[in-house]
Amino acid sequence: MIKEQLGIYIHIPFCARKCNYCDFLSCRADYDMMKKYTESLIKEMRIESEYVNKKELKTIFIGGGTPSILPVELMESILQSLNEYCDMSSCIEFSMECNPGTLNADKLDMYRQYGVNRLSIGLQSANDKELKMLGRIHTFEDFLQSYYLAREKHYNNINIDLMSALPYQTRETYLDTLKKVVELNPEHISAYSLIIEDGTPMKKMVEIAKENPLPDETAERDMYYDTKRVLHENGYERYEISNYSKPGRECIHNMSYWRRTSYIGFGIGASSYIEGTRYNNISDFQTYFDILQKADKRDDITRLHENVESLTKQDMMEEYMFLGLRMMEGVSVRTFYEEFGKTIDDVYGDILQKHIDEKLIERSDDRIRLTELGIDVSNYVFSDYIF
Amino acid sequence: MAHIEQSKIRNFCIIAHIDHGKSTLADRIIEKTGLLTSREMQSQVLDNMELERERGITIKAQTVRIIYNAQDGEEYVFNLIDTPGHVDFNYEVSRSLAACDGAILVVDAAQGVEAQTLANVYLALDHDLDVFPVINKIDLPSADPDRVIEEIEDVIGIEAHDAPRISAKNGINIEEVLESIVTKIPAPTGDPNAPLQALIFDSLYDSYKGVIIFCRIKEGTVKKGTRIRMMATKAEADVVEVGYFGPGQFIPCDELSAGMVGYITASIKNVRDTTVGDTVTDALNPCAEPLPGYKKVNSMVYCGLYPADSAKYQDLKDALEKLQLNDASLNYEPETSVALGFGFRCGFLGLLHLEIIQERLEREYNLDLVTTAPGVIYHVYKTDGEMIELTNPSNLPDPSEIEHMEEPIVNAEIMVTKEFVGSIMQLCEERRGTYLGMEYIEDTRALLKYELPLNEIIYDFFDALKSRSRGYASFDYEMKGYEKSDLCKLDILINKEEVDALSFIVHSSTAYERGRKMCEKLKEEIPRHLFEIPIQAAIGSKVIARETVKALRKDVLAKCYGGDISRKKKLLEKQKEGKKRMRQVGNVEIPQKAFMSVLKLDEK
Repeated sequence: MIKEQLGIYIHIPFCARKCNYCDFLSCRADYDMMKKYTESLIKEMRIESEYVNKKELKTIFIGGGTPSILPVELMESILQSLNEYCDMSSCIEFSMECNPGTLNADKLDMYRQYGVNRLSIGLQSANDKELKMLGRIHTFEDFLQSYYLAREKHYNNINIDLMSALPYQTRETYLDTLKKVVELNPEHISAYSLIIEDGTPMKKMVEIAKENPLPDETAERDMYYDTKRVLHENGYERYEISNYSKPGRECIHNMSYWRRTSYIGFGIGASSYIEGTRYNNISDFQTYFDILQKADKRDDITRLHENVESLTKQDMMEEYMFLGLRMMEGVSVRTFYEEFGKTIDDVYGDILQKHIDEKLIERSDDRIRLTELGIDVSNYVFSDYIF
Repeated sequence: MAHIEQSKIRNFCIIAHIDHGKSTLADRIIEKTGLLTSREMQSQVLDNMELERERGITIKAQTVRIIYNAQDGEEYVFNLIDTPGHVDFNYEVSRSLAACDGAILVVDAAQGVEAQTLANVYLALDHDLDVFPVINKIDLPSADPDRVIEEIEDVIGIEAHDAPRISAKNGINIEEVLESIVTKIPAPTGDPNAPLQALIFDSLYDSYKGVIIFCRIKEGTVKKGTRIRMMATKAEADVVEVGYFGPGQFIPCDELSAGMVGYITASIKNVRDTTVGDTVTDALNPCAEPLPGYKKVNSMVYCGLYPADSAKYQDLKDALEKLQLNDASLNYEPETSVALGFGFRCGFLGLLHLEIIQERLEREYNLDLVTTAPGVIYHVYKTDGEMIELTNPSNLPDPSEIEHMEEPIVNAEIMVTKEFVGSIMQLCEERRGTYLGMEYIEDTRALLKYELPLNEIIYDFFDALKSRSRGYASFDYEMKGYEKSDLCKLDILINKEEVDALSFIVHSSTAYERGRKMCEKLKEEIPRHLFEIPIQAAIGSKVIARETVKALRKDVLAKCYGGDISRKKKLLEKQKEGKKRMRQVGNVEIPQKAFMSVLKLDEK
């Protein structure tokens, strides 16, 4: 029998300090807190391993926060447990998120030892002023050290995160960042435009500034187009709205989100999509600890889950479209029919035609993809596929 | 119920400036006379509608009969007629007053005499009512009853030195008010054997009984079987039941005779047959003259109401029909708009009335509405001699066919403390007011008199008044009539297409500024599209203002972390929901609230 494929996401909600723009679930913590969290996490994994082992475990992604901030012995106990409880034999991609300033040789050696084969390093900018303004704890030099160390330790699949549209950023400083990064020749680059979220120090900073420090729309668009141009010139392929890679180095775990295959999340706030149901773990530490303390079997930990939503066929069609179109490969007319038993034109004919007329999507044979214009206004496009 | 002597009846109302405690005093009176125990009392019994309680105002007149055992050992029947408390309902107030023989004037012990206090007192005195004042809220720290009493005597000229000093809220000295009702309000007069003459002061539609007429019997007697005739509407019917008003219920009795207040039912199907102010008489033995003061109520403010979802047109129609059963002053007729589809042009007594109807449609009938900017009725005199009453700006004839236009003007009285006189006068000037005069009421306060065009005060005048006087100004107005005015129609073009639902009538002197502001406002309201959208304001074919909504260049939320698809989907759903709330005009999507933009032109 062919087993269904599964990905695992593990959330490490700790950081050395919270970046000014960040509204993710993360915080500073002392050793005891991290230790307690590690223990709870291991228990959650142990209980869920029964389910995991019914599937073919394909990818693992440890994200945060800053997973690399965990002291080596705590992360080791997590990785050890993961190897002990779960059948890792079919796992082809195991990513660890790291931030400069928290990595060292011991950690990198240990990660490797337990199967980590891909690193995702948060750089955001190669300009130290910009890094400081973002509230990052590292300089570009710190990053370089971490990066070279990772290469030394034979990591041959590395992602670098970049951000554009930062306050006070100019096209020149951004081009400089792009240039410095492609010189390093990482396998993968994620490039986002900064979004100023409510309630972040960044939001406040922008609000109290005498003059709007954010690049104007033209400058922002220029940076955005620079990203694509420079990365293309240097052998990177855009395979998703914000993700670029060398051929064959796409992030398989992230693609599983867009391709709607199953993944299970461990740790507070982590999202899951299994058995056609989406949910996320509760985000309160104490509740997380309490529930796991008493938990013994799978039934006991359903109390961790909230926003449990069993997807209807209609939900799935919507997701098929707005997730599938994020990828440059687009969606398949045939797959749509195979999965839903209706043709894509029966369901979305009018909207597809409207979007073709508006030059937002293009259609050739079996594939439907976003155009360059469609990528620019992708939310506008996607929302039309919501019923 | 046994026969009641006229000398033991007291028909009265309570008048006050808004928030001076009218409804609270009514509650206390009802409670003290033992009609309801305080446990049974829902706060403010007389304000029945949920909306009334929420807004703290009385919209429909309510009436209740109370039995009071006075200190003289006699049993008295009190008919308390609660009057609507807003300038939109002035005519209804005047008819309710006409049903009374006296009035209690409630004045706030801290705030003293206000614009509505004066307006209401004068209205009561016009109806020959005996008015006695009551000083309320004496337990407030800022209360100054001596000063307020002096003010009442000086400003209004009625005796106030022995006015009961009360707190309606805390039930202080309510007994004194009850005794004053007996001693200071005259008993009704009238001959029970004369031909029937009864004043309609309200009516209500009941699905079982048909229309229930609220009336005061001035002369004669009415009972079951009497053939009655409404003298203005000429409608006739046989009386099925007469009775009086218990708290929240109707109590039938054998007959109503001169001096009494009660209700009549006669299987009448439409409240339009029983308009407020009309006289009910005996069809077989009619009185010689109707009671004075009847007026046909006209709508003052019009707007278009459209269902947000065009499939709900029939639902809106049904809902309006139902509301109209109980509200003779609500008018509507079907209209179509290029931008908004099928809907209704509705007429209201004023902006508050409009808001109430709109809110009731949305709440009680669960309708999602698009409302166009309210406007007044203009008189358009055409070159061929015809006069059109214009309620929808889109129907304005071609300028070449127009001889001249007239707009409604009101006489306004604004009471304000001295320090704000300047800023309020400036406001009135901005609103094309004509200064009539100013009187100083005591040293610190002035009464400003202005003539103002109604269309300048229906939107936000009251808010502006409050904000420019830190809440201290009070305001009252009455219709003066129509006057010639230099008006024109301002059209709005979006992406070169005229949007009929956005047109409005404006005075020529302010057309440019309004046009400019309207374009600015719409620029904020209309989301960016994939193409550039010009927004233009035009008079006839002449464009007087222009703004541009730039083309959408970016709408990406790239961040999608740890597979949190649900969060992403919520954002898309919200965006989709926003799109659904848009109206398509040509190839431009216009948000529903943009159609109300004209109301917000003066907001900063």
